[in-house]
Amino acid sequence: MRNDLPSGQPVNGNEDEASERLNFIVGFVLAMILTIISFGLVAMKLLPPASMLATLGVLAIIQIAVHLRCFLHIDYEKSHRDDLRLVILTAIMIAIVVGGTIWILWDQHVRMMA
Amino acid sequence: MSMARTRNLHPGINLGATDPDVHRAAEGVVFGFWLFLMADLVIFGALFATYAAMSVQGIAQGPSPAEIFDLGSAFVETVLLLLSSFAFGFATLEMKYRGNIGRLYLWLAIAGLLGAGFVAMELHDYANMIAVHGATPQTSGFLSAYYLLTGTHVAHVSFGIAWMVVLMVQIGVFGLTGIVKLRLLRLGLFWHMLDVVWVGIFTLVYLFGVVS
Repeated sequence: MRNDLPSGQPVNGNEDEASERLNFIVGFVLAMILTIISFGLVAMKLLPPASMLATLGVLAIIQIAVHLRCFLHIDYEKSHRDDLRLVILTAIMIAIVVGGTIWILWDQHVRMMA
Repeated sequence: MSMARTRNLHPGINLGATDPDVHRAAEGVVFGFWLFLMADLVIFGALFATYAAMSVQGIAQGPSPAEIFDLGSAFVETVLLLLSSFAFGFATLEMKYRGNIGRLYLWLAIAGLLGAGFVAMELHDYANMIAVHGATPQTSGFLSAYYLLTGTHVAHVSFGIAWMVVLMVQIGVFGLTGIVKLRLLRLGLFWHMLDVVWVGIFTLVYLFGVVS
């Protein structure tokens, strides 16, 4: 089991430690910035509640995308399209479960209060 | 072994030409682990849905989210988890490019201790909520859903730490063999995925809770 690159071989994208390290660093910095913006907005009450919730939701989606790209390395490369499809299918399932539950229960809630 | 170039075979760090045999073995193993991760994510989706409904309609006579959540604590917990994930990334790179066992132990220990700090803070939050606000899981539907969602996440993080310790022992006993490398790759995916879930928790539970 060798752990070193055989000498004289061309190094391509996925055997380049510097670029993979940079990927983690970029991911960490972006995640920290997005986290600080989210908590900062709430701590300083910079927006009215309705637009605050929408903004926080968008920031969370961006941060999740950063995590998936920089830490979990999901991309559009052809060789692992299956994995990308799996992730998208799961996202759709979660959207149906969460969206459907909130829709139905909120509707019930409004009717009970009326 | 004359593989000059290798393709990426799965999401996450690929061993590639640093270890071609294990790299090929990783494709099926890692895909299987992604199936588990996504199924796990669906469970969290259901818990999020329950929480979203309960946190608005299930407060009963108990305290509201804004009364009991401590944003400073949630922020520090977020930073601990992010740093832990970052340290685990460096452990993965050490494993892939040099395999220096001492440095690998160091990065894994840092990742594990940061994770343990997260668990300790979360448990401290629970104790504080119960002692100061009487906010037990039995108090209201909102609190039942809150403890279930965040508790499931804390349980995952605790399990990840135990897994990290087991793999450190395995590295010591077996050395950095192919099987151990594949296990570290999977633990890395598990560990990074828990961050994704936590982004959902700090936004939907803590931030939304304090705003609305």
